[in-house]
Amino acid sequence: MRQYWWKILCIVLLLYTFTAGFLVKVPEIGNLYQTIRNLFFHVPMWFAQLVLITISLVYSIMYLRNPQAKYDLYALQFVQTGTVLGCLGLVTGMIWANYTWGTPWNNDPKQLGVAIALLIYLAYFVLRNSMTDLDKRGRVAAVYNIFAYFIYIPMILILPRLVESLHPGGKGVEGNPGLNGGDLDPTMRLVFWPAVLGWTLLGVWITTLYLRMKALEEKKHAH
Amino acid sequence: MAGNQSKHIWALVKKDFLLEVRQQYTFYGILLYVASTIFVLYMAMGEGPEEKVWNGLFWMIQLFICINAVAKSFLQESRGRMLYFYTIAGARDFVLAKLIFNLVLMMLMSLVSLLLFQLFLGNPVHNPLKFIGIVCLGGCSLSLVFTFLAAIAARAQQNAALMAIMGFPLIIPQILLLMRISNAAFADVIQAGLTSIVLMLIGLDIMVVALAVILFPFLWKD
Repeated sequence: MRQYWWKILCIVLLLYTFTAGFLVKVPEIGNLYQTIRNLFFHVPMWFAQLVLITISLVYSIMYLRNPQAKYDLYALQFVQTGTVLGCLGLVTGMIWANYTWGTPWNNDPKQLGVAIALLIYLAYFVLRNSMTDLDKRGRVAAVYNIFAYFIYIPMILILPRLVESLHPGGKGVEGNPGLNGGDLDPTMRLVFWPAVLGWTLLGVWITTLYLRMKALEEKKHAH
Repeated sequence: MAGNQSKHIWALVKKDFLLEVRQQYTFYGILLYVASTIFVLYMAMGEGPEEKVWNGLFWMIQLFICINAVAKSFLQESRGRMLYFYTIAGARDFVLAKLIFNLVLMMLMSLVSLLLFQLFLGNPVHNPLKFIGIVCLGGCSLSLVFTFLAAIAARAQQNAALMAIMGFPLIIPQILLLMRISNAAFADVIQAGLTSIVLMLIGLDIMVVALAVILFPFLWKD
């Protein structure tokens, strides 16, 4: 029970997201109509991506302080899952944008933010694959991961001030680049935050499965 | 200790300058790269593109020049020589020296390319002094980020292509801020919030230097 309580929590939260997310009464804002329900799927994926790349950053720092192969593997797998969630967040956002803003791509700062994150982390994979020496690969990849993260975070804070946005809050929204909390109805908030937690836990779960699979593969090769 | 360190950095910077003076082909190589890129651009564009296009082209060309000017800075050092520098000066001094050298080099190249842009592609700049300042600042910002990425790419034994794919997404905040402040030099009206953007850019530069100093020792430990 100690081991997998959070997996049960994840399933419960996502079931709740999928049922309440489709059934709860939503406010009518502008031309959003029922598409506002996408908020429970699109935005939390984004949040989960940020959480996962932050976990990856922590493992990269741990790797530099104490170079153990497993930390490097953790960092890689968390980025991988984060990138998948980022892609999903981008696609769900583009479908939503197609119906509410008219075109899938609107040069919106948050769209740009996800696109840049994808480019940064795809470059991370290319960089890793260009090296064969395990120790060197771990170190160089960790250094790039840390460097990229600390440029990426200021970037998503700066971008909304420079580019016009269609997201709630619009241009120059202070501080919070992902979401304007004021627009959230209290009932929606009751679904939204559990959804964020649920999607994040799902990301972590997928990552741990991958890690166990990798460990088994290594065991097989060791024999 | 601090005096000793600055002496080390100065010696390393001087070494890079001396190398540049002695093996002139690299310096003239970059200079020729600048000239021919802008000339090709002129042939393709014809004279006098619009202000916005001029501005965008200018900073894109700066990006490519920066990659070419900075890429070789770590690749030219052989493994044995790296070990030698590492033992006599330490990794931090070494990376600071490289940052300073590339900063000066890139600033020079930026000014040369500004001159050539004025010559070939017309002069939409209303406020030349301000724009020269912006160009210097831009050259600094670009060179700092790409110097560190050159160190990573050199460690991975890769060429400039890897630097480009790593660097282009990371340089976006600087490029956007630079485009924004250089628009100020195209208009006579004074734009609000200009100082805060300049400060933001300088803050980013300081952060990049700090990250480079902290992370570089890990990169070169063998």
